[in-house]
Amino acid sequence: MMNKQAIIEFQDFSFQYYSQAAPTLHDINLKIYSGKKILIVGPSGSGKSTLGHCLNGLIPFSYKGEIKGSLKINGLETKEQNIFNLSKMIGTVLQDADGQFVGLTAGEDIAFALENDNIPHSEMHERVNKVAQMVDMQNWLTSSPFELSGGQKQRTSLAGVMIDDVDILLFDEPLANLDPATGKTAIEIIDDIHEKSKKTIVIIEHRLEDVLHRSIDRVIVVSEGRIIADMNAHELVSSAILTDNGIREPLYVTALKHAGVKVTSEMLPGHITTLKTEFSREALNIWHNAIKADDRHNTNPSILKMENVSFSYDGIRQILDNVSFDIREGEMVSVVGKNGAGKSTLSKLVCGFEKEDRGVICYKGEDIKDKTIKERAEIIGVVMQNPNQMISKPLIFDEVALGLRLRNIPEEQISERVEKVLKVCGLAPFKDWPISALSYGQKKRVTIASILVLNPKILILDEPTAGQDFRHYSEIMEFLVEINKLGVTVILITHDMHLMLEYTPRAIVLAAGRKIADTAASVVLTDARVIEEANLKETSLFNLAHMAGIEDGTHFVQGFIDYEKRMKNR
Amino acid sequence: MNVKMKLFSYNLVDTPIHKLSGLTKLICFLLLTFAVMFSYDIRVILAVMIFSLGVLRLSQIKFSQIRLMVIYVLIFLITNAVISFFFSPEQGVNIYGTRHNIVGLFSGLKLTWEQVFYQVTKFFKYASVIPFGIIFLLTTNPSEFASSLNGIGANYKAAFAVALTLRYFPDVQRDYHDISLAQQARGLDLSHKAKFSDRFKNSLLFVIPLIFSSLDRIELISNAMDLRGFAKSKTRTWYTSKKLTGQDYTALTISALIFIGTVCVSVFINHSRFYNPFI
Repeated sequence: MMNKQAIIEFQDFSFQYYSQAAPTLHDINLKIYSGKKILIVGPSGSGKSTLGHCLNGLIPFSYKGEIKGSLKINGLETKEQNIFNLSKMIGTVLQDADGQFVGLTAGEDIAFALENDNIPHSEMHERVNKVAQMVDMQNWLTSSPFELSGGQKQRTSLAGVMIDDVDILLFDEPLANLDPATGKTAIEIIDDIHEKSKKTIVIIEHRLEDVLHRSIDRVIVVSEGRIIADMNAHELVSSAILTDNGIREPLYVTALKHAGVKVTSEMLPGHITTLKTEFSREALNIWHNAIKADDRHNTNPSILKMENVSFSYDGIRQILDNVSFDIREGEMVSVVGKNGAGKSTLSKLVCGFEKEDRGVICYKGEDIKDKTIKERAEIIGVVMQNPNQMISKPLIFDEVALGLRLRNIPEEQISERVEKVLKVCGLAPFKDWPISALSYGQKKRVTIASILVLNPKILILDEPTAGQDFRHYSEIMEFLVEINKLGVTVILITHDMHLMLEYTPRAIVLAAGRKIADTAASVVLTDARVIEEANLKETSLFNLAHMAGIEDGTHFVQGFIDYEKRMKNR
Repeated sequence: MNVKMKLFSYNLVDTPIHKLSGLTKLICFLLLTFAVMFSYDIRVILAVMIFSLGVLRLSQIKFSQIRLMVIYVLIFLITNAVISFFFSPEQGVNIYGTRHNIVGLFSGLKLTWEQVFYQVTKFFKYASVIPFGIIFLLTTNPSEFASSLNGIGANYKAAFAVALTLRYFPDVQRDYHDISLAQQARGLDLSHKAKFSDRFKNSLLFVIPLIFSSLDRIELISNAMDLRGFAKSKTRTWYTSKKLTGQDYTALTISALIFIGTVCVSVFINHSRFYNPFI
């Protein structure tokens, strides 16, 4: 093993984009050996994506900048190659499986690299069929991207890079747009391919616990452009590196720490499946029994109520089927379910973008059937997932003022209201900044501010934390908690199980247009039937409870939530 | 995806027309279009038109799919007819060399049988091409269309850009829809109640986000294409290209015969591109 050559070798490697004042990567020294499975983690802006771009050749061939030091793949200096040669050695699966879908059908998309290589038609079809079988897509080759699920699109992308028989597979945030169950399957597929093909695998991701669902040879932590740790999962999880660098540690590890257990690498805490609980069983039981239940109940009057609402676009397939629920003033609720379950349609009906076929929607007990989009907007605000889809003014102040100006409110009132909202949203110092200078998280705040300024009583957010690292996630969510405390009812449409557990006491679960659960998040994430139907994943806290011999796992999960809440003083 | 978005786009149906290769359909389309464009013989034009309607039926395209397009085309043809009458009311007389007045309009403007005949011929000439265009667009997979463009010598990058546009058109359409709803919820009035100048100004409010979100898309897709070797060599092959079959050759032969037929009618029977019933 000692004399084996590394397949990827960084030596004193630095990179600076021409557009930036300082280098993004500093003094990277890293060797990755053939056949290994490596995870690169780090917060947003740490340079982990830049590192990935250096590997696949987007740097320096598409994004220009200055390279110092050396990066060799298969012994070849990458800057002396070109992007096409590199793509024969290293295949990249980008994070947005939908956006990178080049073909009009799955088959075409898989064949894309072969088409560019002038592979004859019959050989091309043969190879596509073979690779499609490896990722279990052989029955979907003629389907268009609109007919495929997120997981199927990702498998198509994977097949599209495997078709070249590359040595290295690079996954750039493979979990970003997937629901929890699909994300779990994605990690399993990657692992199976690693087992079968012995290819070198590099995964870039910030959702550590989800990747650690299967084994990983080494985890590399990147922060501020430097590699600050290079160790196995057990060592990493038991160190302070994760919390110090804004990466979320696995939830069961947090629970162990809350229980006063000192987590060490001997306990094999890297994966929930390897964790040895004999040292912590007692402490967990004591801690669990000592938690006082949080018995605050929201007894406010109803603010938004749906009664037997049904909706269909074409009169055949029911998008929403007899859905009823009642949300009280000041609640913070999550609406969950897999893609196509009817979550977005639900918010469209509430806002009046679409009209329900049957049923009643009430605001404070009053039917809002006859209210227009604009009238509903006075009481209900929607924030879209992608801030770029909302921002239409170059300056922050103007963007936030837009809704008021469209309502012909006098300018002096506008500036007063805008300034107030900017302060609430922590954007006051940036008032006169161009929006283009803001980070993604800050843009998100601008869009929230531009809705809040209209004083809605209900705020609906579509995937508010999608693609955010732990620090930004916490920032956005704590901010929403503040807003919620001001009396605004908050409804979150989400895939994120942490968000459900930590921030919304109540979750409404949709599957195939029907409401299948409407209860505490701790119950939802421990109910096998609901988890299965809504493409969710059991929380690792539940497994931990069982491993520690605690019978009522749901109670344990609820105890964890209450404990955390008390710690944060909420 | 709702029904509206399926409009104007390729649908896979099992018909002999769908089974033809894109290249065949492109060549047939060009041959038949040239045939009607060349001839001003209404008998030939009507024959081709009946043929094209037959093919339209064979390809199982529903009228609901093309209603909008047909309406636009009719409006265009009627406007065209009216305008060309006022600009050159004597065109028919000049062509056919005789004058049969029907009725005198104002200030010396006279409607003649020659003019009516000429304009009716021209109307059907354009109208008979439309079904071929519709058939071609609605029965050809966009990628196959790209591969056939490349097949007749167009640069493959340009050809691929056409396919890619069609691939992303529904995405952009959906973005547009979402953005406009979100902006309306902020108080943007796009209804007819708003003044025209306001509506124009307001439309910028969702065009800008649309541009920015589309730019995101373009960066992503061009990276994805680079990483999989697009444009690395001078030629490329196509997953969707089809080998020409017996049916293709039959279709090509029929189209070629129609083309040759119309040319022959002009050369040997009419001795001109026009058919003249007035002499």
